[in-house]
This record gives sequence, structure tokens and C-alpha cells, in this order.
Amino acid sequence: MAGLELLSDQGYRLDGRKATELRKVQARMGVFAQADGSAYLEQGNTKALAVVYGPHEIRGARSRALHDRAIINCQYSMATFSTAERKRRPHGDRKSTEMSLHLKQTFEAAVLTQLYPRSQIDIYVKILQSDGGNYSVCVNAATLAVIDAGIPMRDYVCACTVGFVDETSLADLCYAEESGGVSSLALSLLPRGGQIALVQMDARLHQDHLDTLIEAAMTACKGVSKVLDQVVRQHLQEGSTLRE
Amino acid sequence: KRGTTGGWIKTSGFYVYDVFIFTMLKSKTFVKKTRAGGVMKIVREHYLRDDIWCGSEACRECKQESTVLQAEACIESNLCPYPHYVVPDTNVVLHQIDVLEDPVIRNVIILQTVLQEVRHRSAPVYKRLKDMIQAKEKLVYTFTNEHHRETYIEREQGESANDRNDRAIRVAVKWYSQHLKADGLKVVLLTDDQGNKEKAEESIDEYVKNLTANPELVDRLALSKDDKAEIISSKVLFPEHLPLSKIQSGIKSGTFLQGTFKASRDNYLEATVFVQGEGEESTEVLIQGLQNLNRAVHQDVVAVQLLPRNQWVLPSSVVLQDDGAAKDDDVDGDEEEKAVISAAEAAGKPTGKIVGIIKRNWRPFCGMLNVSQIKESTRHLFTPADRRIPRIRIETRQASTLVGQRIMVAIDGWPKNSRYPNGHFVRSLGSAGEKGTEEAVLLLEHDVPHQAFSQNVLSFLPKMPWGITPEDMIKRQDLRHLTVCSVDPPGCTDIDDALHCRELENGNLEVGVHIADVSHFIRPGNALDKEAANRGTTVYLCGKRIDMVPELLSSNLCSLRSNVERLAFSCIWEMNHNAEILKTQFTKSVINSKASLTYAEAQMRIDDTNKKDDITESLRGLNKLAKILKRKRIENGALTLSSLEVRFHIDSETHDPIDLQTKELMETNSMVEEFMLLANISVAQKIYDEFPDCALLRKHPAPPPSNYDILLKAAKSKNVEIHTDSAKALADSLDVAKVDGFSYFNTLLRILATRCMMQAVYFCSGMDSDFHHYGLASPIYTHFTSPIRRYADIIVHRLLAVAIGADITYPDLMDKHKQSALCNNLNYRHKMSQYAQRASVAFHTQLFFKSRGILNEEGFVLFVRKNAIIVLIPKFGLEGTVFFDSKDKAGPSLVFDEEGPTLKVEQTTFHIFDKVKVTISLDDSNIQHQKIRMALTEPVIPGVSVAAPDVEPQAKKPKVDR
Repeated sequence: MAGLELLSDQGYRLDGRKATELRKVQARMGVFAQADGSAYLEQGNTKALAVVYGPHEIRGARSRALHDRAIINCQYSMATFSTAERKRRPHGDRKSTEMSLHLKQTFEAAVLTQLYPRSQIDIYVKILQSDGGNYSVCVNAATLAVIDAGIPMRDYVCACTVGFVDETSLADLCYAEESGGVSSLALSLLPRGGQIALVQMDARLHQDHLDTLIEAAMTACKGVSKVLDQVVRQHLQEGSTLRE
Repeated sequence: KRGTTGGWIKTSGFYVYDVFIFTMLKSKTFVKKTRAGGVMKIVREHYLRDDIWCGSEACRECKQESTVLQAEACIESNLCPYPHYVVPDTNVVLHQIDVLEDPVIRNVIILQTVLQEVRHRSAPVYKRLKDMIQAKEKLVYTFTNEHHRETYIEREQGESANDRNDRAIRVAVKWYSQHLKADGLKVVLLTDDQGNKEKAEESIDEYVKNLTANPELVDRLALSKDDKAEIISSKVLFPEHLPLSKIQSGIKSGTFLQGTFKASRDNYLEATVFVQGEGEESTEVLIQGLQNLNRAVHQDVVAVQLLPRNQWVLPSSVVLQDDGAAKDDDVDGDEEEKAVISAAEAAGKPTGKIVGIIKRNWRPFCGMLNVSQIKESTRHLFTPADRRIPRIRIETRQASTLVGQRIMVAIDGWPKNSRYPNGHFVRSLGSAGEKGTEEAVLLLEHDVPHQAFSQNVLSFLPKMPWGITPEDMIKRQDLRHLTVCSVDPPGCTDIDDALHCRELENGNLEVGVHIADVSHFIRPGNALDKEAANRGTTVYLCGKRIDMVPELLSSNLCSLRSNVERLAFSCIWEMNHNAEILKTQFTKSVINSKASLTYAEAQMRIDDTNKKDDITESLRGLNKLAKILKRKRIENGALTLSSLEVRFHIDSETHDPIDLQTKELMETNSMVEEFMLLANISVAQKIYDEFPDCALLRKHPAPPPSNYDILLKAAKSKNVEIHTDSAKALADSLDVAKVDGFSYFNTLLRILATRCMMQAVYFCSGMDSDFHHYGLASPIYTHFTSPIRRYADIIVHRLLAVAIGADITYPDLMDKHKQSALCNNLNYRHKMSQYAQRASVAFHTQLFFKSRGILNEEGFVLFVRKNAIIVLIPKFGLEGTVFFDSKDKAGPSLVFDEEGPTLKVEQTTFHIFDKVKVTISLDDSNIQHQKIRMALTEPVIPGVSVAAPDVEPQAKKPKVDR
């Protein structure tokens, strides 16, 4: 039996998008009152909730404190109901530890941590529904949450996954595409300066294609940044109208 | 919510921003069974768009950039006299692809729903459909209806997936007719489905029948359901096939066996099913009788149920051909009984019956029409050329024109109350016995892909005029200054190798083998590459070549012709005068061949002592080294075997063979061969060193000792001893094997030795541990030197290019399982191309003897069988059988001695290598299976031999026929 045709001859993908089109992104900031910052973001069927606490004093072992900047503590988790098969996901399994680490690295590159020496910033992200691109959705949600918390960053951090099929780069992969044998790459970008905060790929790809793929990922990230920027502006506008 | 430029909207507290063109978002939910047997709910997004255009030239609404469908869409039809587009539904595409492919049918809309369903249900039809869509002149437009906002529909409660798809097709057609109404165009849905028809449009039957211009298309229609009902009698002849679910559970529990059905060539009531067991072992199950065969056709994958042990039988030795033309639908009851009884003597092999068909492996079959005796009848029986395929009933109104023609027929189905399968006429190949027709038949029967290259494939060819660009030069050495020349057989247009040799300043020799750089033009994974990989090899028939790559490449851009700049892949050695390799270098290069010579021309240059030019000197150097190389190789134990190859001199106008001669070998032949072998071995070593897991190599296994029996016995009869312990021993003993006064003995012996050998095969180095090439006595070998005509060489080129950093790799190249699958295809294609080649030679031999009448020739006995001797005529390289028994009357007394082997006919005894004289004539009593008939004239055996033809020309029908 033939597998899925990821890109039709007419140039449409499984869900009807063209190669460079993103999924529909919807977001909302400030969803929780208790936390310092929070955001909810949907990218197609992948939905994530991000919550930020801090900057605050170091909790636990004080020896972890850095004298010149804040430490960033990230925790990634997936809801038991986030995938088609209901599955208990204990904290600290290898996948989520790795993902937490990636998030930490991403935000250490973006947040101006030197403004808060000897303090700590906590970022908690939970995937509520998973349909591919978990890392990028987490980054995008967390960016909004950090902004909501009022923590200064160099720029938005926007992330997107891209895949390579039939000599074409596909932007923002959904789960069916990710599992359909595409070599995918996740990239997070500080769009204004064009600096890359993190690139992650564990599939096989010829190095000649790497440049085109990264190029496509950066374009996609810039698309995401536009959306995030609009969301933030709208949120602020709303806040100021309320105060008036 | 719609915006093509981007705008954003607030909905229920969410900020939504559209950078997308789609207007609606649907969620597709469906349930899927997991491998573990659980059920999983899958949710997928489904975007609906506004920017999918209709593809029609006439449309003023759509903002499309290019259109496919014409505004003046005219197919002359009585049914639809207005301009219209045609929309076939899934079943029409699946069953009537033969009709749809006809150039008459244009302006077709293929819906995405149809395309997906076809893809899911039949890979071959899907490929044909895709080719059709690619062909520009067919004007086929693919409409992505599933993502169009107005044509997408959701499955309703209680609606099956099929019904939903049918409805989707109807909705799309409706949309189209609304959409194009203003432009005066109509859309016609072609369907055979009753439900669809009621709600909509035309059936393909009626549509095609009303195409005024093309009456012959009607025959290509596959039978639809109501037609079938008409034909079949009410009598049920076969047991019902079990449904797939039952078969699967039966196979799981072990009550049924799954295997490939192989019909017997000689007995149409008998077949075997090869059941692949665990690991290597496989069992054969015998099937006998029409009921038990239960409508299985050769090559089908079937489910078999074993009969109880007391019903096991032995294969019958009776030859039965299905001649029941007149009886048509009657079951040949007595015939069947006879066959079964004759076989049921002793309990023997596992015997079973077919309970179901797992996968039909029907392809279009070549053959001829048996016209029905009833003059007005439109139903006729068709006899395939392959005896293993049953006759097929077809319906045609052009029977009178099809008589005497080779035609192709496809099977549509085999209902349980029909004696024969039902089929439809696909196309005519031409009159039987004509050269073009017979060539087409033998290509089809040997599964040689020979259609013209599709548009899709051709689109990957380089654009003309082509030239070498500076980018091409980056990773290449410029070798244009070298005196390179090529040596090939006369008339060769696909030159894939060229050579040079020059003296270096240090006194050593530099020898270069330059191979056409085909992998530069054929990039991995594109349609051109896939087509070449599928074809596997160029097939050479007598006077015809079926290319593996399009002609632009094979005869022009890749061919290393003289005095043009060509890209090459070069293998350059530094050698001393003893032909010892001091240095090996591989590089991509650009060369400019100075001369393309034939073997004879090259030989003349070498022999002509007055010639002192660069080319000649280069040839002499090569020749000298080649002799040393050959000597070394033979010392190592390489075999020189012999097989008679014939060349036909073909009349330039009629293309009939006018003369035939065995191929002559010159020194230059072996000169080129030596360097090709050297290059192949060097490259094999290099790619194996670099890629131990995925190098594509070629091996030639040593034959098992029992293979040599016939050779040993034959040699012994002449008191010659042959040693077969090793290739070297064999080569040495063949060299000294001579019989006084029988100069041809050695050649005959070598011909026999060739027959003992195994087939050389391609394999992937990661999947095998035995690399030895027996015939060449080389520990490692591959094919590198003919990339224009062999796909294996292209892969080897790619591997080598990666190894030297001249090209990039791709995942499939490094995947040993994929590589191994490719090797299997290449081996299969290679084998089939050889069979096709032999069949072509046989056919030309027949043509030749047809024009010659009866000839009297001298020959040698090559094999002795129980009831016949096989005679080789060296003059024509022709082998034939002289039978001593006949079907209808008592033959002479025959005594066969297996030890000799000898055959005593009356008083005369035949040994291997005996010299005999025979008459040769063409037996064309069966027009589908013409053959060369041989009859003995000397030694004279009363009642067996015939008189020499010039004495008594009417001896055309010798008594000794089979």
C-alpha cells in the first residue's frame, strides 16, 4: 500500500497548504493572573500553554546562582491527553529533559539575563495537544509569556520546523508530515537581527541541502514573528484602553 | 474570515492573524487501527482554499496564470454534440485506462479524489494516469477539489467512504458545470456506477460508442457489469473464491498456504504453486483439474488448501493443449477426467486446490484471435502466445481485420460460471510473422520496457544546444589535449568508452580509460533516473536497440564521439612496461576524442608499420600492454570460454537478414576488453574500500561440481581429461584438450563448458560475503565502463564520484536494502534482455531460413537426450533438435545409455561430438510458434534419416518430425 503523498504534483500538502504556508496561528497573552507572565498559543492543532515566574531569588541550592546574570529554568511537559493515545508521561523522561534543555538554551540566548544577576527565571511550558512542531510551538508560546512577564529580551524568539521532501522545503510540519519520513529541522530565530538561537536536527540530510532548508526555516520564523508582534501589540492596546 | 494580504481579526478573545490564503479550516477526524490492534482517533487539519482555479482557457473568473483545458473542446460525439470537458470517475479510470489513454480523448479533468483513490487501489494504473497528466498534448488538468472551498464535502453519518467519494465527484462536477455555464462549456461525468448515473451523466460505454470518429475504441472498453451478465451461462463451473478475510485467517492458522501460481507449459489442467516457507525452503504444491485450478492465472498470488494425503498425485506426463475452440463454453469433462486418472496412479507430491486469489497479476497478453465460427458473432476467443495463459474471451466488431494479427488483450475478470476469463482488446501489434510485430511481441513477452520515454522523463534532459559551462569544469580535469580515441564495433552510436596511452617523462606509461559521464546528466531520484533504473539495461536486438536512456543522451551528449568535447569519468594509471600498475587515479574530466575507430580499423592501424601518428602509437602501446595483462590474467586462472555469436547482415532496405556469419574476434577486441576489465577491477576495489557496506559489485559464483558432469563425460568419450577443481585447472586442461584431426573439438568443449557456468549477478557488498568472480579469476569486480547501456554502471559512477569528492551522495545510495532491491531488478532485467536477445536471434534465423528453403548442413552432436540429439551447426551458430520418436506412430527402437551418454537408434549409435549432416527448414505450421526443424541426412538410418534436399526436394516433411 502506498504511503502518504506529502506533496502533490499540484503543489498541495496533505492538509491543503502550499509548501511555504504556515498553519493558522492563534494566541492569547495573560491567561493566568497568579503567574508573572503567561500565554496560550495554537499553531494548527498543536496547542501549548506557557507560564513564566520571575525574575526572583534563587530557590533551592543557592550555589547555583550566577554572579553576573540570571539563570533560566525551563520545564517542558506534555499533557496525558495531548496525543491520540492517552499515555502517562512522567516528569523527567529523556525526551522532555532534552526539550527542556533546548528551551533553556533558546531563552538564554534571547533574554537579557545580565540585568538580573543572582536571580532566577522559571519558564514552564505544557503541550495540551500535540500535532507536530512541539518545540517551535513551545518557544513561540514562551516568548509571549516572557513578554507578558515584562522581562526584557533582545527580540522575539520565533521558532519553526521545516522539512525536506522532493527537493522542496515544507514549512511548519504537522504530525503526519513529521512521521512520514521527512527529514525535519527546528530553528529558532531572533528575526530582527537574523541571529539563530538554536538549530536542531537529528535526521539525515545532505549538507548541500542544509542551506536551502535553513533559509526556508528563517523565512518561516519571520512569518511567525509578524503574528506574534501583532498579538503583543493588540494585547497592549487592549490593556491601555481598559485602563483609560 | 478571509484575507489574501493579511489582516487580523479578534474572535472571542483570540487574536487571529491570517498570513494565509485559505478561508476555512476544517478538522478531519477518522479512526485508524493501530498495529497492535487498538483503535486510534486521528485528527488532521484540512484547509480549504479560494485560490484553486478551474484550469479552463474559457474561464474569465479564475485568476490563473496558465491554463490547460482548451476553450474549444471538441470531441466529435453523437451523445454530447456540444463542447465539453470529460471527468472520469475512479472506476472508469481503473478499468478503462486503455481508452482514456487514446489521443482522441482530450480536455480531461482528473479530480484529486479520483487521483487519490486510484493511487490507493492500483499502482500501475496510477503511474499510467500520472504519465497521462504529464503529457502536454493530452490536455489533462488535475483539479484539487478536496481543498477547494466550494467542492469539499464532509462525510455524512452512515455514509461509506466510497459513497462519500462518489458524492465528492458529483459535487465537483456540478460546481464545474455551474462555473463554466457562462462560458458555454459543459462538463461530462463518465461513470459506470448506477447510482452516479441516475444522479448524473453519461456512462463511458455510451460515451465511447458515440464518439463518431473512432469506432475502434469501443473494443478497448473493458466489460462492465451488465455486459458480463449477458455472456455467462447460468451454470456454475467453478467453486466460489473465499473472501480475503477468510483467506487471511486461514493462512494464519495454517489451513491454507500462500504462494505464486505457475501454470504448466505442457498441460493446461495442471499447475504448481510455489509456497515460500520460512527462510530459504519453499515447497511446491501440485494443482490438477479445472475445478481445483479455480480460475487462477499464471503468476497470481493464491491461497491453496492441501488435499488429504490419499488424493496426492504425481504430475502427469501427458501433453494437453486446450483446443476447445469449437466447444466454447462446454466443459471438457472427459478430457479432464482422463488427465486426473492418468496421474492418480501413485501417491506422490503434495496436491491441493485453490480456494482464493490474494493478488491477481494480470498484464496485457500478446496473442492471436481465434475467430468464432458463427459469422456474425462479436465474441471470440483469444489465444495468448504464452501457453501458460488460458484463452480469453473478448468482444470485438473488427474480428475480420484482426485475424492474422498479433493483438494485445487484457483480462477484466473471470466469473465463476464462465469457462474462460473475459477480456478486452487493447491494441493491435501488426500482422503475425512480420518483423516489427514479432519484435514487439518478444519485447512484451520478455517484459522489456520499450515504450517511448514519457514527457515527464524527457523534461529532465539537458536543454539544447548544450555546451560545457565553467561550472562543469570546477571539479574536472581538462584532458582535451590528450590523444584519446575509441574502438567499437561498426555502426556503434552509443560510445561509452575511449582510451589513451602515452609515454611519461620518467619512461613509464600513462594509460587512461575514459567513460561517458552519464551520472552528470542523470540526477538521482528524478523521473529520468527512475525510468533508467526500471529499464536497467539497453536491449540490443538484431538491427534494433531499445535504449535505457533517451537518445539525446545515448547517441549524442554522452556518446564519446570524435572531435567533440565530452564529459567523461576517467581512470588513469601509471604503468611500467611490464604492465604493473604504479599509480591509479580517478577523476571527472573533459575529453576530446581524436578518432572513433572500429575494431578492424584499429587493427589495420596497428599492423600498418608505416603509420607513425599519435593515435596509432597510442594504440600500439595499449595493444602491447593488453597482451601482457591478458597473459597475466590467464596465468591467474581466468577462463576463456566460447559461445557462438552470430551477426546478421541485414538488407538496408527490407531489413531482412541476407546473410549471417559468426562473429570474428580480433586482437583489438581483446585490447579494449583488457582495459575495461582493469578499470572495472580498479573501480570495484576503490568503491569497496570507501563504502564497504553499500558498494554495488558483480560476482560470478563457482558452479557446483555436479554442473560439470556433462562436460566430463563428453571429454572422456574422446579420452580427454578435464580438471574442474579450480578455475585455473579448468582453464589449463581446456587449453591442452585436443583431438587429432578434429580441430573444432576444442571450441565445442569450450561451448559445453560455458553451459556449465552459473549466471554472474550484481549484488550489494553489505548483503553478501562472497565477492569472487570465477570466470575472470578476480577477487572483486564491478561494472563501470558502460553507463550508457547499464544502470549498474551509473550507480557505480555515483559511488566513485562520492569517493573522490566530485559529487554528493543521497540516502538511497547508502541504503544497502534499497541497493539490494535495485540489484534484484537489474539482474532480472539483464536476464530478460538476454532472453529477448536470443529470441530475436532465433526469429531472424527463422526469417533467414524462410528465404533459403531447405538447406543441408554439417553439424556436431552437442547433447544426447532420451529421444533426440541436439545438433550444433557451426556455420550459423545454430542449435536444433533432431527427434527420433513421433507422437502418432511407432518410432524406431531407441536405446539410451546415460553413462556415455549415447543413444542407439536402430543400428547407429550417437555420441557427443559426432559429426552429422542435417537438413534445416522452417516449420511454420503453427504461426504463433514458428521453429527451425532439423532432420537427419547422414549417417543414413533407414526409416529415420531423410534424403539430402537437392536430391529429393519434396522431403520437406520428413518422417522424423516430433
